Amino acid sequence: MTTETQLKPEHIIEELDRVTIRFAGDSGDGMQLTGTQFTKTAAVFGNDLATLPDFPAEIRAPTGSLPGVSGFQLSFSSSDIHTPGDRPDVLVAMNPAALKTNVADLRPGGLLIVDEDEFNATNLKKAAYPVNPLEDGSLSQYQLIPIAITRFNELALEGLPLNAKDKFRSRNFYALGLILWLYGRSMDTTIKWASEQFKRRPDILDANLRALRAGYNFGETTEMFRVQYNVAPATVEPGTYRHISGNEATALGFVAASVLSGLPLFYGSYPITPASDVLHELSKLKSFGIKTFQAEDEIAAMGATIGAAYGGHLGLTGTSGPGLALKSEALNLAVMTELPLVVIDVQRAGPSTGMPTKTEQSDLLQAMFGRNGDSFVGIVAPCTPSDCFLMAIEAARLALKYMVPVIFLSDGYVGNGSEPWRIPDVSSLPKIEWQYATEQDGEFNPYERDPTTLARPWAVPGQKGLTHRIGGLEKSGQTGDISYDPRNHHEMTLARKGRVDGMVQDIPDLEVTGPETGDLLVLGWGGTYGAITSAVEGARKRGLSVASAHLRYLNPFPGNLETVMKRYKHVLIPELNTGQLSLLVRGKFMVDAIPFNKISGQPFKISEIEGKIDEVLGLRGPYTIEFGQSSVLSGG
Amino acid sequence: MTAPTVPNSGVISADLPVLTRKDFVSDQEVRWCPGCGDYSILAQMQKMLPELHVPRENLVFISGIGCSSRFPYYVETYGFHSIHGRALTLATGLKTARPELKVFVITGDGDGLSIGGNHLLHAMRRNVDLTVVLFNNRIYGLTKGQYSPTSEFGKVTKSSPYGTTERPLNPIRIALAAGATFVARSIDRDTKHLEEVLYQAAQHKGISFVEVYQNCNIFNDGAFAAFAEKEVRQDRMVYLEHGKPLRYGKDSQNGIRLNGFTPEVVHDAASDDGLLVHNAHNQDITLANILVGMDYPDFPVPIGVFRDIDAPVFDDLVQQQVEEAIAKGRGDLAAILHSGETWVVE
Repeated sequence: MTTETQLKPEHIIEELDRVTIRFAGDSGDGMQLTGTQFTKTAAVFGNDLATLPDFPAEIRAPTGSLPGVSGFQLSFSSSDIHTPGDRPDVLVAMNPAALKTNVADLRPGGLLIVDEDEFNATNLKKAAYPVNPLEDGSLSQYQLIPIAITRFNELALEGLPLNAKDKFRSRNFYALGLILWLYGRSMDTTIKWASEQFKRRPDILDANLRALRAGYNFGETTEMFRVQYNVAPATVEPGTYRHISGNEATALGFVAASVLSGLPLFYGSYPITPASDVLHELSKLKSFGIKTFQAEDEIAAMGATIGAAYGGHLGLTGTSGPGLALKSEALNLAVMTELPLVVIDVQRAGPSTGMPTKTEQSDLLQAMFGRNGDSFVGIVAPCTPSDCFLMAIEAARLALKYMVPVIFLSDGYVGNGSEPWRIPDVSSLPKIEWQYATEQDGEFNPYERDPTTLARPWAVPGQKGLTHRIGGLEKSGQTGDISYDPRNHHEMTLARKGRVDGMVQDIPDLEVTGPETGDLLVLGWGGTYGAITSAVEGARKRGLSVASAHLRYLNPFPGNLETVMKRYKHVLIPELNTGQLSLLVRGKFMVDAIPFNKISGQPFKISEIEGKIDEVLGLRGPYTIEFGQSSVLSGG
Repeated sequence: MTAPTVPNSGVISADLPVLTRKDFVSDQEVRWCPGCGDYSILAQMQKMLPELHVPRENLVFISGIGCSSRFPYYVETYGFHSIHGRALTLATGLKTARPELKVFVITGDGDGLSIGGNHLLHAMRRNVDLTVVLFNNRIYGLTKGQYSPTSEFGKVTKSSPYGTTERPLNPIRIALAAGATFVARSIDRDTKHLEEVLYQAAQHKGISFVEVYQNCNIFNDGAFAAFAEKEVRQDRMVYLEHGKPLRYGKDSQNGIRLNGFTPEVVHDAASDDGLLVHNAHNQDITLANILVGMDYPDFPVPIGVFRDIDAPVFDDLVQQQVEEAIAKGRGDLAAILHSGETWVVE
């Protein structure tokens, strides 16, 4: 069935380049679903888009309470975009708590749609509103549109054999229908999805579809909206697309690495936010020969992964910051025994438990140095949700070729964020080289290194003539026997370092976007890519001499990093930490990089990076980040 | 493109190799203190291994940290000397990836019950097909003489000059409680018994756990002498044999009977009537738990197999799920990349 958008003559259609919408409601209000459905619709329509789901750490916080608010922000555009938007143009608030925690982010003049029925005494009290904000004029800077969503939804569902609670739960479809209308979008994608999703519950399906149409028709028939908006499709590269989140792309990337290498994948992991989705994804894919192991703790997950790598499998473990800390001793065993494996770290905010559902980039130094002794591992970092796919393959490729552990540094923003992804042709994916040791009769030397890669031979149990002993004690070069020889330890340490440093020959140079030389290079890594790229593009449009470059390889750094940096008068490094990449770059290259840091659990806004660029170029005074009041997206 | 298969993997050979003890002696110099009980355990293991008729390359010894954990260096098989307490995690990963291998874990009372206690519980409850040998000398030897989780209450050591204020763990009771499917105890000095118990443990499918009373002649000498010296052994230890009544003494003259849930010594029991008959195949652990509570000097110390039952094996089950999934159709990379809703941009 199709739905046609018939506009009443009084509705004006306004063309927009880009719109950012945030849906906010109680955890039980289905805001993630509403956001996801609108996202799919926009994607199928051909918009470029980016999303930022945001949910409370509490699984079921009290209904209507401030900590129970769940949000989903998406930005869709007729041109190429890189972030889910700084400030929403539209906020849909399903209750007072959602309004309170989100309204500070709404841009002045933005559209504010609220379910006025939910602004009753009880809910206002829960949200700590002494008076009803819909009535006291405090929202006058926005286009406030109060709608009796609960009541209208009930009317639409009248007569259906459902209890009041189930009817109430359809409100999100009502809201979705309304927003679909507002942006001239078809209900088809949602109808198709719901028909599949609720095929075993025809009563719920019926209710949801009625709610959806009622919301849609409300927009069309009411006088409340004078304007309807259109965001034209973006011009994107031809191909087949799908929507993908960073964690999904990570899982698929390692599946691809397994297929490309011909090695079975072993994934050992302990559940942890925000990395658990990788375990969920991989545990479904047994038909690829993948074995997943939910360990008793982080250490066991690391140990089991080492065991699997020792057994000749592609060893993979995944965690977040606190888990990486727990794994560090065992990870060092893999460093010492020179076994190929990958550790995924989907970084989250803060030390200790910190803010598990919020994003940060503060594990870089932990990944680089967080082990005893001089210990070297490879480090790669995806910069967007879909980039996780390629960088996962890269992590596995480097680990297997150089017999070295590699840390894959993702973060909550990249892992949970999503975007349209042009599905690559399998034949275009990189090759993965590896080999087991050759079976032999004579003496086998487990530490006889390949002269080019410095990799040691990978002799796996079951191979004849290669029985040998390895372990965490220092070993003699060649034989692998235990050694306390001073010179040997010196040389072995340098060999372990040299092996990682040597990967520089095998990784691409850093690419610069913008002028080859100039006033300013904005250098980033990981999930700040979108905000940096957008801010720098904006600066160039304003005529400024600014380039951007993004590091996806952090150990080793690309070979041209130093020369690139030295081509600019200034280097600015925005990071969601207190300056970890800055410290490395300054220490290694003596480049006077300017750190720009935000440690709030939130991604950068484009405007923040623009503000700092202007400061560095002397176009304004000192720039400081302003934090909105207790927004959901700032950790309410 | 197709999904990968398990590489190489020496399938356990149909031509059973004829090997001797010498084939399992590595070129590494053994570095334990002269007189250490570890020598006996190594010797019995090397004597027993040929009996398994498994090619050397399919055998793997994995250890943690401690005196006992040097063991893998001395055995001519694949060996992995890992980090403190974590040998079982590596072994679980290896065995899950490669179920066709035969994997031994060598640990001690500190490595296995203190720092690695958690992993011991979980390897047992999962019933991973591993043979775990825990050398119990009731002391920290490698770090030179601190008390361990199996040290007796009140023991004076370097780190407890006024005596410990901690009660010890009983490794067998832990194994039973965690659901281990094969649980046994032996002793370094009774070499014949030790070799036999190691053999039975190695033959068991699923997790097998062997506690070996092992003398540390430097830091805890004579820990087991009161009942293990050759002259008193028969009077102070009772050898558990499945299906047989519990009898001990030089002429097997004494027995054990139950009074409710309490064991009692029967001196000079003329008949087997009323004596406790050992049943290692009992699913219920009550009886084994009563036996494990018996200790010198009130009772003879039980050694032998406390429990030996069949149960589904973790690594087999994991392998089976993968094989069943593959049987329904091997994963296709291009197909999985295109799964979910897709759209085409011309």
